[in-house]
Amino acid sequence: MTQHQVLEYDVVVIGAGGAGLRAAIEAAAKGASVGLICKSLLGKAHTVMAEGGVAAALANVDDRDSWKVHFADTMRGGHYLNAWRMAELHAQEAPERVRELEGWGAIMDRTPDGLINQRNFGGHAYPRLAHVGDRTGLEMIRTLQDHGIHEGIDVHMEVTVSKLLMDGGRCAGALAYDRERGRFKAFKAKAVVMATGGIGRAFLVTSNSWEYTGDGHALAYHVGAELVDMEFVQFHPTGMVWPPSVRGILVTEGVRGEGGILKNSEGRRFMFEDIPPLYKESTADTPEEGWRYVVGDREARRPPELLTRDHVARKIVKEVQEGRGSPHGGAFLDIAWIKEHIKDSEDHIKKKLPSMYHQFKELAGIDITKEPMEVGPTTHYAMGGIRVDPDSQMSTTVPGLFAAGECAAGLHGANRLGGNSLSDLLVFGKRAGEYAAEFAAGNTPVHLQDEQIDLAVQEALSPLERDPGADVGPYRLQYELQHLMQDKAGIAREEGGLTEALNELQELKTRAQAMGAGGSREYNPGWHTTLDLQSLLTVAEAVVMASQARKESRGAHSRLDYLDKDPEWGTVNLVLKKGHDGEMELRREVIPEIPEELQKIIEEQG
Amino acid sequence: MKTTTFKVWQGNSDGGELKTYEVEVDQGYVVLDAIHRIQAEQANDLAVRWNCKAGKCGSCSAEVNGSPKLMCMTRIDELPADKPITVEPMRTFPVVKDLVTDVSWNYEVKASIKRFSPKTADHEDGSWDMDQYDVERPQEFRKCIECFLCQDVCHVLRDHQLHDRFAGPRHYVYVANMEMNPIDTGDRVAELREELGIGYCNITKCCTKVCPEGITITDNAIIPLKERVVDQSYDPLARLIKLVKGSGD
Ligand SMILES: Cc1cc2nc3c(=O)[nH]c(=O)nc-3n(C[C@H](O)[C@H](O)[C@H](O)COP(=O)(O)OP(=O)(O)OC[C@H]3O[C@@H](n4cnc5c(N)ncnc54)[C@H](O)[C@@H]3O)c2cc1C
Ligand code: SF4
Ligand code: SF4
Ligand code: FES
Repeated sequence: MTQHQVLEYDVVVIGAGGAGLRAAIEAAAKGASVGLICKSLLGKAHTVMAEGGVAAALANVDDRDSWKVHFADTMRGGHYLNAWRMAELHAQEAPERVRELEGWGAIMDRTPDGLINQRNFGGHAYPRLAHVGDRTGLEMIRTLQDHGIHEGIDVHMEVTVSKLLMDGGRCAGALAYDRERGRFKAFKAKAVVMATGGIGRAFLVTSNSWEYTGDGHALAYHVGAELVDMEFVQFHPTGMVWPPSVRGILVTEGVRGEGGILKNSEGRRFMFEDIPPLYKESTADTPEEGWRYVVGDREARRPPELLTRDHVARKIVKEVQEGRGSPHGGAFLDIAWIKEHIKDSEDHIKKKLPSMYHQFKELAGIDITKEPMEVGPTTHYAMGGIRVDPDSQMSTTVPGLFAAGECAAGLHGANRLGGNSLSDLLVFGKRAGEYAAEFAAGNTPVHLQDEQIDLAVQEALSPLERDPGADVGPYRLQYELQHLMQDKAGIAREEGGLTEALNELQELKTRAQAMGAGGSREYNPGWHTTLDLQSLLTVAEAVVMASQARKESRGAHSRLDYLDKDPEWGTVNLVLKKGHDGEMELRREVIPEIPEELQKIIEEQG
Repeated sequence: MKTTTFKVWQGNSDGGELKTYEVEVDQGYVVLDAIHRIQAEQANDLAVRWNCKAGKCGSCSAEVNGSPKLMCMTRIDELPADKPITVEPMRTFPVVKDLVTDVSWNYEVKASIKRFSPKTADHEDGSWDMDQYDVERPQEFRKCIECFLCQDVCHVLRDHQLHDRFAGPRHYVYVANMEMNPIDTGDRVAELREELGIGYCNITKCCTKVCPEGITITDNAIIPLKERVVDQSYDPLARLIKLVKGSGD
């Protein structure tokens, strides 16, 4: 038998970003004993990087806003593949979730009346994003962290979960190791909430950190949870492209929300061309009208730079492909031009976008108050994830397993609107915590099986026992995977490339399973990367399989061989599940019919 | 691409040494890029913390050529080219391995500080009115990314090791953020004087100089807090006024 410590809780939350922290806080408030596990130090999760804001129809800046408009915007942005019930709950509950943060110490930027200020963002009809400059994620995670540490939650930092533990068909906890020493901990829990974030590290150019290896997606999948919408990976239109060391780092959409415009090498504002029919009515005809929108003219319509991310990203790629890109293969994003309209434009930009100013100044030697930035698409967000019940966030197939935040799916459909993730974390983090606590209270204790734990420990330790010199090493293998995904399952996909990708993934899998890691169990990133690779390969396979099956272009999923939307695919989600023989199985599932009153809202909002 | 020599501290709590690496350095490289390259090509098990690679998470703190820095925001072309670049862990905290230190003490100190407690909401929907002008100051403090570089550089911790009676600049910034939040009702002055040991700070301003977020730690947070401590300790009238005001609005 292996050595491991056993820790017992009513609810274990895996992940301490916005979703995990909010879930833990709620579960504790409902009286559950809670353990919270995270790979990094507390407060460092991905949520800390979010910049632009959190979407909620507070209607502080434009009183025409309401949950109904937010709901309709989210559905339209998701090309109607969203789980409509989640979109409804999200739009209804986000305002309260944002307001309560100020009672926990957050301080958002204010309107002249002293209310929470809101800014424009792509796809949102009215200024809707509550924000703090361009560091909204920091504000959110720090607030939840500083509140959470007083709620009786046990935090296990720098502890990585490598397997979910099962008691029959029910989720019963998780096996984890601490990064510091490689000691194993078996968490025994009546309910588990997965809140591990995204999968961006499967791609070469990404705004995501090392943590984004799709662990939660993979862990859940391997115990029988369904994954859905995995073909929809969001490529954010504006990542840094130069110098090479910063390639992929995000440039917030807030830059465009504050009036930033996109230009090609000929100086043309190319976003005014090819406006999608769905948005024709609501987009400005002239630059002049666009600017009036930015400064709050209620009669004006949105500038085309604020169209949805999938569209903007594709337009930039097109300019580059047709030879009108910037010197390093992107487009120009210009905020400095607002000096034509604003007197103290330099101070204004520094105040509204301080971290962007800092980031370009320090890392690229560019002063954004004076010069344009070079930007291009970067892998940003996974719309796909663990399939859950819209109300409770429990997995559709594994009782006792809940999921919230980026690792769960449904809310965003084929494309996520900016700002809708931070609000997703709050709304569904809270719901997951609440229902997990309820589930724990209403169900019998679980039993952990030693054989399961022993096997999981052996599996986790096996890379250290293999020859590290036999292959290229874990980092290089991860790099090969990223290359493969970027080239063949990235922003433009086609049948041949996807088929090749599937085959090459099998080969990478075999190599990863034989991969050795040198060094000891003590804080050894090489070993950790070897283990993370297993998750990455599982999610990569899911992305490729679903992308191959969806023979149309919709939202974030673009097929060069099926350029248009196909109405037949407009009512179908793709669901992935582990089959009895261990192979990944895919099936189409028709989206349940939307209730009449919600359909009416969509129609009324145009 | 050119080759640069790095000397990276490697070891654990039992001791360690600077190891020399020759690294190919690309245009625009920051120190963290070089460390990653060493990790990928020469020392797979080199321990380092990082998350955002954009100066937003405060994970990658270390001492570069002896000064406390975020590795992801320190450009190699801004360091002297004629000598090797040394990268060492923060000295004020116990080493775990290589560049990773045990910063858990900071989390314990924070948890010991009296929490935020808001007054009753101004509106039925649970919201408060706050003027932008009134929140500028606490918003400055809330930019803190908890990199602990200020803790690393402060001599009270670094040289005198008074971790048991001095909370350090990060936590004065944390307290100041709550004390200056217009809706907070807590009073942490006695705590500042006693458990948090603000009196040990002799205003050298070293913390302010290293803060990557540009927070004016000493002038805007520590000095005003020290003034409150003095007022309350030696001026019973000021204390009474504060008490009355604190409960009145
Ligand atoms: C640069 C950037 C800017 C963004 N800006 C915005 C914005 O302005 N508005 C918006 O709405 N969205 C934005 N997003 C998206 C949003 O930030 C993320 O989708 C969101 O923060 C994800 O939160 P989460 O709680 O699901 O996961 P995260 O915050 O990523 O947390 C994941 C947690 O899971 C833990 N974890 C992962 N795997 C394991 C494991 N195996 N064992 C234990 N723990 C594990 C991690 O340690 C971490 O604590 C942005 C994203 C990026 C990258
Ligand atoms: S000003 Fe005070 S807290 Fe800051 S470094 Fe000097 S002694 Fe430490
Ligand atoms: S105050 Fe500045 S130096 Fe200190 S922890 Fe915060 S960000 Fe870092
Ligand atoms: S990696 Fe986040 S601050 Fe350096």
